[in-house]
Amino acid sequence: MENFLFAMVIAATPLLLAATGELVAERSGVLNLGVEGMMLVGAVVAFAVANQTGSGTVAVLAGAAAGMALALVFGVLVLGFMTNQPATGLALTIFGIGVSGLIGQSFVGIALDPLPRLAVPLLTDSTALGRILLGHDAMVYLSLLLIAGVAWFLYRTRAGLALRAVGDNHDSAHALGYNVIAVRYAAVMFGGACAGLGGAYLSLAYTPMWAENMTAGRGWIAVALVVFATWKPGRLVAGAVLFAAVTQLQFYGQNWGIPVPSQFMAMAPYLATILALVVISRDVNLTKANAPACIGRPFRAER
Amino acid sequence: MAAATSAPGTTARDTPLLEARNIVRKFGDFAANDDVSLSIRAGEKHALLGENGAGKSTLVKMIYGVMQPTAGAFFWQGARTVIHKPAEARALGIGMVFQHFSVFDALSVAENIALALPPQPMRALSRRIREVSEAYGLAIDPRRAVHTLSVGEKQRVEIIRCLLQDPKLLIMDEPTSVLTPQEAATLFGTLDKLAAEGCAILYISHKLDEVRALCDTATILRQGKVVATCDPHAETARSLAEMMVGSEILWVEKEGAPEPGPVRLRVDALDLPAASEFAVTLRGISLEVRGGEIVGIAGVAGEGQSELMEALTGEVPVARDDAIAIDGAPVGRSGPTRRRLARAAFVPEERNGHAAVADMTLPENVILSHHTAEGLARAGWLGSWLDFAKAADWAARVRAAFDVRAGAEDPVAGSLSGGNLQKFVVGREMLRAPGVLVVNQPTWGVDAGAAALIRRALIELAGRGTAVLVISQDLEEIFSICDRIAVIHHGRLSRLHPAAEMTPEKVGLLMGGARPEATEISDVEAA
Amino acid sequence: MIELEPRPQPSRALMWLSPVIAIGLTLAAGGALMAAMGRAPGQALHVYFFQPFEELWLWLTLPADEAAMWIYTPAEVVVKAIPLALIGAGLAVCFRANVWNIGAAGQYTLGAIAGGWVALSAPADASGIWLVPYLAAGALAGMAWAAIPAFLRVRFNANEILVSLMLTYVAALVLDWLVRGPLKDPAGYGFPESRDFDAAFIMPVLVEGTRLHLGLVLAVAACIALWLMMGRTLKGFEVRVMGAAPRAGAFAGFSRNRTIWFVLLLSGGLAGLAGAIEVSATIQQLQPTISAEYGFVAIIVAFLGRLNPLGAMFGALILGVSFIGGENAQIALKLPKAVTGIFQGMLLFFLLGCDTLIRYRVRLALPARA
Repeated sequence: MENFLFAMVIAATPLLLAATGELVAERSGVLNLGVEGMMLVGAVVAFAVANQTGSGTVAVLAGAAAGMALALVFGVLVLGFMTNQPATGLALTIFGIGVSGLIGQSFVGIALDPLPRLAVPLLTDSTALGRILLGHDAMVYLSLLLIAGVAWFLYRTRAGLALRAVGDNHDSAHALGYNVIAVRYAAVMFGGACAGLGGAYLSLAYTPMWAENMTAGRGWIAVALVVFATWKPGRLVAGAVLFAAVTQLQFYGQNWGIPVPSQFMAMAPYLATILALVVISRDVNLTKANAPACIGRPFRAER
Repeated sequence: MAAATSAPGTTARDTPLLEARNIVRKFGDFAANDDVSLSIRAGEKHALLGENGAGKSTLVKMIYGVMQPTAGAFFWQGARTVIHKPAEARALGIGMVFQHFSVFDALSVAENIALALPPQPMRALSRRIREVSEAYGLAIDPRRAVHTLSVGEKQRVEIIRCLLQDPKLLIMDEPTSVLTPQEAATLFGTLDKLAAEGCAILYISHKLDEVRALCDTATILRQGKVVATCDPHAETARSLAEMMVGSEILWVEKEGAPEPGPVRLRVDALDLPAASEFAVTLRGISLEVRGGEIVGIAGVAGEGQSELMEALTGEVPVARDDAIAIDGAPVGRSGPTRRRLARAAFVPEERNGHAAVADMTLPENVILSHHTAEGLARAGWLGSWLDFAKAADWAARVRAAFDVRAGAEDPVAGSLSGGNLQKFVVGREMLRAPGVLVVNQPTWGVDAGAAALIRRALIELAGRGTAVLVISQDLEEIFSICDRIAVIHHGRLSRLHPAAEMTPEKVGLLMGGARPEATEISDVEAA
Repeated sequence: MIELEPRPQPSRALMWLSPVIAIGLTLAAGGALMAAMGRAPGQALHVYFFQPFEELWLWLTLPADEAAMWIYTPAEVVVKAIPLALIGAGLAVCFRANVWNIGAAGQYTLGAIAGGWVALSAPADASGIWLVPYLAAGALAGMAWAAIPAFLRVRFNANEILVSLMLTYVAALVLDWLVRGPLKDPAGYGFPESRDFDAAFIMPVLVEGTRLHLGLVLAVAACIALWLMMGRTLKGFEVRVMGAAPRAGAFAGFSRNRTIWFVLLLSGGLAGLAGAIEVSATIQQLQPTISAEYGFVAIIVAFLGRLNPLGAMFGALILGVSFIGGENAQIALKLPKAVTGIFQGMLLFFLLGCDTLIRYRVRLALPARA
């Protein structure tokens, strides 16, 4: 059980990172369905850099930069050329799968030392709670800091207020003199960086190796998590942990003697995602009151 | 003397606060503003009059820094000034209340106001909001979420947002179009107080009586050009209107009471629960419209008009079949197609995206509402096949009968101007010679020529025995064409009153939520 | 700065020109990518995109006895295009309604599973007529899989993009379980695959010396039928109105929910049919991977074909060329398969970008001066 909970925290981290970025992008009014593609490219670039330089920090930063680069392509199309957001997000995913496959072809089958764990003397090992929550690698704590920072930014800063305003009513924000496109570029790029970080975590820490399509739908689950969290940062953490628990079932289910074929265990996160969407979406008031009103709508300033 | 007024550093009273000199603004080849000049003094209430599309909004957007002029210049307190963005306009002391409010539904009142001000602690801001709202009679709670506010309260948020910036010039874009006459009177009080304190007001409107009551000066725009600057007190509503429109305009007035025909549309105790927290619940709506008469439903925006319209068209069927009857046949549970087969026709408020599909051609937009009722789709092998020839013929007839002008041979609906598209969607329904016609906002945002044509056509249609129901926020329109009038408020409908017995003041009281029974009593007492 | 200026009318010419420009830009960017990878761009693009056309030209121009060998590769392009056209035409209708079925890959997989189940449980002496229930089972299973997002969308307002997409992962796992479990060939030396289908369940080949099969006729018929439906019938009109302006659709008396059901069942059914056809025509058994990526590539097909079912036929051919080119490049140039995905992603990027030109003029604007 202790192992399960420990692994759950690790499994929650990439989901939380990617979903944090998508939450910020969506709050600004942009729906980026390319998270899966950005995560994959982040994963492969981080792995390649770690393999070449041996530095975990550089690798993590490279993963974030790779995610941002893809987000920039998305931003130019969606914000500069006002293309359809769902379709452009899909294109980004198809593109990202291809790019990651190309970069990753020479790294298949290579192993890597996982990111070092931070151990707090005494506290880490003395209690079960300490063993589950402490002693993870730095990115686990970074992901929590990041979501706390996002919550503080959105609700306590002027720039965060402007971002929420742009997502709620871009025409009004423009009329008041806010640069809608610039705000959205920033949000989309942040989203890309976070997705890249999430991918980097997969290939550096979760399973320190590269395999084609290794995200296995986590990017899409991150998008669903944002809906599940009704666009609120606090609920995102709870959602990520919940999904991580479901993901881990396939590895621990058999140990616990649950007599179900492994494929059905592996379906659990996808089915849980569908269930979560149904539970949240069935209440129209809940989604209508919380979804950014301008999500997915293109904006063009008349100057 | 002359030397004294031009000496540097003087703040002579006759230096205008804002002067626009020879402003030109082009969109492609089209000049929305063409050599526009005007000047506003401190403390002046200056009206900017003009039809839809005359260039009023374009001019004020440039003054507020949302857009830049193609040519010409602004002078602020005598000095040439380029206003690059709204923040610069606000720094100068220019505040603006937008026609379609620039408020954010998802945010609180205080957050909405903070967005237009320099950064400051929320608590201090909330205190200032309370102070200003009390000083100017604009009560509002800073903590409330804006989506819970009424339209009038949302406007208060905008006004307070401007007042907190200590404006020297306050621009108001069509501020009363969403207010009851009583709310408008309160607003005028606030504006008078501001002007007395030295703040200039630039007041954009096409409501002539209002401008004559409130403003000291009026600049009149027509097709992007200034056609006159005058003292509105010295003009009549009619002379102002003629300057706005350019030729002797046709006043549409309905003469005499109609012959009472049979009841063709009956709504009986219609209830409709709101689809979400953001919609209005309809409660116990009853009304009858007889053949040959025009019944008007007045009310400020968002009191249940859209919901009532959707219930009447059948887009949202109601629980009781006999809650709505067309020529005696219950249709409450039927959809739009069955109701059209019963010879009812509908024109919703939104032209683009509801009454018409912007990306489709005019014949396709005829098919939209007539596919079954007028046989434009014929059952055949594997489904119903569309008759495009017949649809094209319909579209041509509508265009000819209602003078629908377009730039292209086979235009898509979205490329038509507002007035032409409205003539098309109204004409499309009228050419069916329907037994019942329900129109929501028949002339909203269209030019005076199109509005007069549509109103006249409505009167003629009623004259041929159709029962016409007009839902409108424009009281002038209601009074000029309707025989009987009811008011909708919070999803409830007042009793129907003969138009002759109603005054704008009485309607205004009902619009503001006065109990219908109370007005009825006063009616009886007055009679 | 680039500035977009709306056109008074959407440009019809650019609507059809946009895919041509996008293909040109993709070739240019692809050439640059090849150069960056240290390959001769000309040679790489030749292998990728032009070889099939050359062979087609040879087949058309050489005398009959020499020509025969050159038809194989062009026919392979069409073989790839068959499932792409079937799925793409269905998705074109679906996207027109503004319903985003992204899970065609899952519906395709279910179609293959259901067809496979019919084929593997039929009597040993089954006659050719069994192909009919085989294909019907595929279409029905695709519809059933698409019915899940339809139901959840209509009943609970759950986003069909995410639901249909999640179901592709579930479908792949179901197939994996079946070929490793219940449907595994006992005589298969432990390989995770079913036994081979009997002859009755193999799509008949149309042209000797190629793999071109009966599915071509079905795909062309489906594309033409859907094209007629979209352009000429009230149902197609309903789909178009619902996609362009749902409120106008309600005003016209159409039901949003009925449209969602219709387009999802239609596109799911066609994807399922494509899955059944594909396994029957090419691998003739069930395996853990059955080219389900067609379900995603068909999204590009639909856009390339202007969300027009007839256009999807041509889009399918172009994507078919890119698949065959990818296979050729793997052999001739040792280029990884992933490059095909990059090309396809770039094509969709450029296509979406070029489509902006239909509604807007692009202007180079200098900073505004007062």
